Amino acid sequence: MSKRASYDGVAIVAPFTQPYERYSTQTAHWWIARALRGSLDAAGLKPQDVDGFTVSSFTLFPDTAVGLTQHLGLCVRWLDNVPMGGASGVIALRRAARAVQAGDASIVACCAGDANHVETFRLLLGGFSRFALDASYAYGFGGPNANFALLMDRYMQDYGATREDFGRIAVSQRENALKNPHAVMKKPLTLEQYMSARPIADPVCLFDCVMPVAGSEAFLVMSVEEAEKRGLPYATLSGAIERHNAHSEDPIQMRGGWTVDIGELYGMADCTPQDMDLVQTYDDYPVISMMQMEDLGFCAKGEGPQFVRDHDLTISGDFPHNTSGGQLSAGQAGAAGGFIGLVEAIRQVTQTAGPTQVKDARRALVSGFGMINYDRGVCSSAAILEGKA
Amino acid sequence: MTNPLSPPPRKNPQIRSVVPTQPLEIRSRAAVGLTACAAEGRFALQTCVECGTVQYPPRDACCNCLGVELPWRDITPFGELLAETTVQTSVNSYFRERAPWRMGSVKLDAGPTVLCHLHGDIEPRARVKMINRLDKAGQGVIMALPMERTPNMEDDPILRAISCDPKLRRVLIADGRNPNAPALVKVLKDAGATMIFVGEAESWRPNPNRALMPDAEILPLDVTDTASVKELAGEIGGKVDILINNARFLRPGGALARGDTGWARDEMEVNYLGLMRLAQAFGPGMCARTADGVNSAVAWVNILSVNALANDPSFGSFCASQAAALSLSQSLRGEFRSSGLRVMNVFVGPTDDEWHQPLPPPKVPPAGLARSVVQGLRDGLEDVYCGDIAKETAARHAENPKVLERELTMGGAG
Amino acid sequence: MSTLTDFAAGIAAGAIRVVDLTHTLDPDFPVIILPPEFGQCARFRMEEISAYDHRGPAWKWHNLTLSEHTGTHFDAPSHWISGRDVPNGSVDEIPVDMFVGPVVVIDCSEGAAKDDDYELTPEVITAWEAEHGQIPADAWVLMRTDWSKRRGEAYLNMTDDGPHSPGPTPAAMRLLVEERNIRGFGTETVGTDAGQGMHYTPPYPAHFILHGAGKYGLQCLANLDQLPATGAVLMAPPLKIKNGTGSPLRVMAMVEDKS
Repeated sequence: MSKRASYDGVAIVAPFTQPYERYSTQTAHWWIARALRGSLDAAGLKPQDVDGFTVSSFTLFPDTAVGLTQHLGLCVRWLDNVPMGGASGVIALRRAARAVQAGDASIVACCAGDANHVETFRLLLGGFSRFALDASYAYGFGGPNANFALLMDRYMQDYGATREDFGRIAVSQRENALKNPHAVMKKPLTLEQYMSARPIADPVCLFDCVMPVAGSEAFLVMSVEEAEKRGLPYATLSGAIERHNAHSEDPIQMRGGWTVDIGELYGMADCTPQDMDLVQTYDDYPVISMMQMEDLGFCAKGEGPQFVRDHDLTISGDFPHNTSGGQLSAGQAGAAGGFIGLVEAIRQVTQTAGPTQVKDARRALVSGFGMINYDRGVCSSAAILEGKA
Repeated sequence: MTNPLSPPPRKNPQIRSVVPTQPLEIRSRAAVGLTACAAEGRFALQTCVECGTVQYPPRDACCNCLGVELPWRDITPFGELLAETTVQTSVNSYFRERAPWRMGSVKLDAGPTVLCHLHGDIEPRARVKMINRLDKAGQGVIMALPMERTPNMEDDPILRAISCDPKLRRVLIADGRNPNAPALVKVLKDAGATMIFVGEAESWRPNPNRALMPDAEILPLDVTDTASVKELAGEIGGKVDILINNARFLRPGGALARGDTGWARDEMEVNYLGLMRLAQAFGPGMCARTADGVNSAVAWVNILSVNALANDPSFGSFCASQAAALSLSQSLRGEFRSSGLRVMNVFVGPTDDEWHQPLPPPKVPPAGLARSVVQGLRDGLEDVYCGDIAKETAARHAENPKVLERELTMGGAG
Repeated sequence: MSTLTDFAAGIAAGAIRVVDLTHTLDPDFPVIILPPEFGQCARFRMEEISAYDHRGPAWKWHNLTLSEHTGTHFDAPSHWISGRDVPNGSVDEIPVDMFVGPVVVIDCSEGAAKDDDYELTPEVITAWEAEHGQIPADAWVLMRTDWSKRRGEAYLNMTDDGPHSPGPTPAAMRLLVEERNIRGFGTETVGTDAGQGMHYTPPYPAHFILHGAGKYGLQCLANLDQLPATGAVLMAPPLKIKNGTGSPLRVMAMVEDKS
């Protein structure tokens, strides 16, 4: 396999999060419009300046990226729909970066957002994937809670993880979230509260689950020259990977697709896990964050429990993790859940994270994980971002 | 071990009956193949003709070689439990009402990993035996059972929800004059049915079966008389959990041997319109009671000739009435759909009675038929083929209905 | 015309009683049972067409199915093979004056109470005539057994060798038909013949002899205990069914109470 080209010359700018709401009567179109506007405003751009556009959303139906161009008045020469759920942020970034490098577009807006009406989550679950409809939902209809409960059950059996270990992840993120004024969860969470929470799908309990919310995220991709010309703080992309349907021979998912490509990721970025100043994992459940810590090379398979016992995962700790509170504490805004870590990482390495800023953060690892198509997440992605010293 | 079911208390008239809800019904066309297998109680999965890979979830192309010929084949129903969860809450009303609900993932010996219902007696990481059943949405679902029988295992709440077990249920047998009625009463009693009502038409005629059904309550019911059917439904319609329509009018001959439509009319009155009258009178009440606890309404059973599938001209007119009843039973499946009330058709070959007396064996004895009915209910089936002739006829019909038609109509060689 | 005026006045004043000899048409009312390889008499069935509902908002009506020989019914000569060539042998051809006429009642209730297979014999008839006078020509003769008071299984009274109910012997029928030249013969049982009538020679003598001679039958009658032995008038008009061999009908008797 040939070595992939670098992402040199690509700048990631104008990270913007439209503050999440538990329920909102607004539509995905509204939420995406707000995020795009926020990002463009941050960059001092007009919609007419955008010539590339990617969209990730579960609730745009019947529209796709195409309908949005007309709806939002965008005239672009490069358009992509990135329906990869929790992996979509990094994947949108990779594609936008290549478009900018190739000259197919000069300013690409990458957007994600979803509505959340009272009924949205239930309806969304009901139409998620053919395999889920055919072979998953008829069995208790636990949704992703049940899927992750199975992974968690097996992981605990195989590697001796305890609920406290997962609780450490949730509790640290809540501590981070308390510094994020836009986080949906605003009360402190103790390990005791985590442990005594009501069961949802054993062993998954309430604080292992994300809160579905409405919200949106956006950032822009352009050339470094363009960013510098406009005086925008920017991050660069040292490496990025994606993988789909890896390890299909594994009877149950104890590892993700990152393990296939992780060597290449660090190789491209010419660094090691130890060089990261912060890590943003995809955290719809703590168990999958723990697996990412292993699969992204911070510890060996099965050592995740010990790793979280040995490290402080808060903003000021020795392993700053999901610094905005992540989905577990800031909320899961549908496909924007695939952007939350990336957008926060852009802020971190450009020193614009404000109250959640990790001191002197230069390099961040962001990973994505998405689409429980049947019994496991199919998509994985990861990227290493760097900001100027 | 499973906690045994206890007889439900008498109904509290001040509490609203639970309205039937359903698990998710929607499936892809490929996945309905699982339902078709479950209807007959087969554990089968798609198997690639080219490379032999067993597929699950159901696909339109092989995940190993992209072959597109993926017939459903019976496979070894064993596997190992990988992981489990107990769903405590769900956004789906059916499961929310029935929580906690145990499910898990099982690595099949045949290859794929399946998400499935878990019987309560399965130990973590145990070897398990898989079954394929119809759920309340009428769709095929896979359940893992312990390798060995455990005490009261049929009372497991999930297994109970995907079976139509007569235990602690109340049954109406439509025709107490049919030679199979006493045998049905006996097996249902043995299976734990709490009340067995037996309909009897024309009480002004002696019924020698009466003395053979001491465990049944004999009530007037004539399926050819709308008023009679309505009246009985008015009396006991609220406590019929399983209705077994065994009413049958049968005379030999097709169109030409008879020369008139008299018996044909009787056949249609009993075999077709009788079913319709029963459905109109008892169906709505049963549909409303499919979520009514331990003794909820659960199944509608029709006993049909296997020649409903393909006509045997020596009983040509009768077979036509059976085909009509079969077709109506399919309509009833659609009409009962939202309630989850199962329609089970038990197809029989020649039965051991006066009208088949000149025919050579094998013939289905009443006790054999009755056992098939109860086993079919326990397995929650939709289609039961009772006896060698019915099984063979169904197999031939599945292979090539036109060939079967020719065999049956050419005389002697079939 | 004064006879009819007097007749109407007599009914209005109660001097003439009208007695209903008919059973209610009811799906549960027994019909004759033949061996199952033969065609069978249709039971009475009534299906609603509408009942002030979506099928017809302001009206209620029914469709009926029944046999010519269901419930209280009239047998025309063409009902039996012996009467197939009799002139005016079907219900539509019978002159209407045949439907109104004198009636005598032979009370066999005491004997029938003791013996389910009670036979109406020439001896019984002559004994009756000794008391009431000779049976007039062209009269209806009704055999009272009180069988109409039986219900359910007791009515057909079926056992393994068939039904058991009273009826006339062949000799009795020949006496009534050939010597008294009656108009017709009626019973309270399901047929004009005895339950075991197939074992006589000829089998079913009432049917065979009556209809062969162009006479009529009535069966499943009720309330014969309200009729005098002689002196009443019977009205028994069957439906006018083309080539009909019989018909369900309302049978009434008019009785002039002796004051």
